[in-house]
Amino acid sequence: MENTRRNFLKIAGISALGFGVGSLVSATTQVEHEVAPTQQPAEHNTEKLPEPKPVENVKSESSTQSAVKTAGRWGMAIYTSKLTEPIRKKIISACHVTHNVPHMENKRHEIKWIWEEPYTHAFPENEHEYIDEKTHTQPFLTLCNHCNNPPCVRACPTKATFQRADGIVLMDFHRCIGCRFCMAACPYGSRSFNFRDPRPFISQLNMDFPTRMKGVVEKCNFCAERLEMGKMPACVEVSEGTIVFGDLHDPNSEIRHILKESYTIQRKQNLGTMPSVYYIV
Amino acid sequence: MLETALKGTKKYWLWLMALSGVIGVAFACYIGQLYFGLGITGMSRDVSWGFYIAQFTFLVGVAAGGVMLVIPYYLHDYKKFGKITIIGEFVAVAALCMCLLFIVVDLGQPMRILNVWLHPTPGSVLFWDTLVLNGYLLLNIIVGWKVLEAERNSVAPPHWVKPLIYISIPFAFGIHTVTAYLYCGLPGRGFWLTAILAPRFLASAFAAGPAFVIMLCFLIRKVTRFDAGSEAIQTLSKIVTYALIANVFFFMCEVFVVFYSQIPEHMTHLKYLFAGHDGHGVLVPWMWVSILLMICGIILLVNPKTRRDERILPYTCGIIFVGTWIDKGLGMISGGFVPSPLHYYNEYVPTLQEIMISLGVWAIGFFVLTILLKIAVTVKEEVMVH
Repeated sequence: MENTRRNFLKIAGISALGFGVGSLVSATTQVEHEVAPTQQPAEHNTEKLPEPKPVENVKSESSTQSAVKTAGRWGMAIYTSKLTEPIRKKIISACHVTHNVPHMENKRHEIKWIWEEPYTHAFPENEHEYIDEKTHTQPFLTLCNHCNNPPCVRACPTKATFQRADGIVLMDFHRCIGCRFCMAACPYGSRSFNFRDPRPFISQLNMDFPTRMKGVVEKCNFCAERLEMGKMPACVEVSEGTIVFGDLHDPNSEIRHILKESYTIQRKQNLGTMPSVYYIV
Repeated sequence: MLETALKGTKKYWLWLMALSGVIGVAFACYIGQLYFGLGITGMSRDVSWGFYIAQFTFLVGVAAGGVMLVIPYYLHDYKKFGKITIIGEFVAVAALCMCLLFIVVDLGQPMRILNVWLHPTPGSVLFWDTLVLNGYLLLNIIVGWKVLEAERNSVAPPHWVKPLIYISIPFAFGIHTVTAYLYCGLPGRGFWLTAILAPRFLASAFAAGPAFVIMLCFLIRKVTRFDAGSEAIQTLSKIVTYALIANVFFFMCEVFVVFYSQIPEHMTHLKYLFAGHDGHGVLVPWMWVSILLMICGIILLVNPKTRRDERILPYTCGIIFVGTWIDKGLGMISGGFVPSPLHYYNEYVPTLQEIMISLGVWAIGFFVLTILLKIAVTVKEEVMVH
């Protein structure tokens, strides 16, 4: 934990210094993590930075995915039909354990970052009377869509929820006043509110990620903290290749190849939120 | 002038003590909520706003309603309202105190409330709402106080008050328009996603606010020597008539669009509210009572005989107040959350503790209103004597 935090602070500090050469860096975005450090004035610090792990070294079952730390816009594609029940359970548990998501008995106080929904509820406006059995019965994984045009960010009165340059919609748990405007704004029901202190309901505490306090909103963060270390999101890592994660802006990324080749659907596309999560049915 | 609030009859003090009692109990409940979290309420992951925000919405309307006295008097020089504009302004002050308190009790982290201004976010409607609400509150306090003070001293109010009065008019429309924008700009919430929402809010506000003022006028006539005058009350009741009819008309427009277009996302909410869904329908009787009360209100107001009968009018205003309260204070908010965007019907029912806290906020509002009206009426009585 300490190590991670220190690293994070270092990265943050260096990035702050790096703003001075921001224009230079952004001009070379694609190779930023290789080239940028040598251009930054804080060069002496960079030797302590964890190097992004090369693909071969990442202990990930989905070997095809590259471990880059930055992206123009992060996106996710889910092979819904390949998701077996054990994989889904593994994914949900990996995410919830990684992020200290509590298990609330009371359904009203439920907190979830990634969960299962039947087609009827994941895509309520797409359903029709004679929908094929497979689509109708197979569960979908639902999570924050990290919309490119996020209504929650628009609604938040304190910028406690905000969108990063790489498209990830994040929460600052310390700034959130708990007004829940973002929950009303989210058309995907992806946000949860801590109706009570969540800490007693965390069965397995992960010291590498903060717990939350009562009165704040939370949701999936696309594992921003793992991406920072060059790791894939927790759900992707345990997904046995059923979830593909990558840079939507990079035409050569795996996710772009998949989007080019397969028919994908998105949740409530008509609302103009531009989700970054794609479903291959 | 504040000293006039310190001298009162036994009934006055008893009333204030009763209110304090309610406030005390509610405060204890609120401490409980602060300690445990909003889990003590009936709100849920799906219905993430409940009774508090609904009361807030309704009371913003009551506050905005005060402008229906200000416009005729200050813009149209309708002299009959001169005596009672102060009541409208003080009602607005009390209602706004309640609005702001309802926002505070609804927050998960109330001690962080200043973050709204420490990190101003012009893109957020809630940010603007805090500005217009506080602005309108301040305007009404200054204007009400200064005009009353001038009246007491038998002089004209300072000339700088006039611009503030004119500014307060767009602010009154602003508070309720911005409050409607909180809801109607959200994608995926079919119930609120309608351009008629702000006009509907204003119409119901201009019915509920003045209806409340009429009831107050009758009450003040009964317990003090100050009389608002039958003509002023009659004019006010005509304003209520038009506003109430506009409110029902706007609602009918909504019903037509929703059910003629047959778009499910818009239909489901109205169906849930007025017919229920699969055994879920806690609000169904309430919603029909609301419609019934508003229709009764229209009949009793449109008919000159019943409108002019001062034995009936206060009750007419009462049923209008309750009718519009159910519409906004019960149905409007939870109706927008059921069904959820994922099409689940998780109903909302406030808990006892939640209702107690709400009652406490109402009691604080009535406490403030009592003090302010005591001051206003004492001044009016003084002026009458001289």
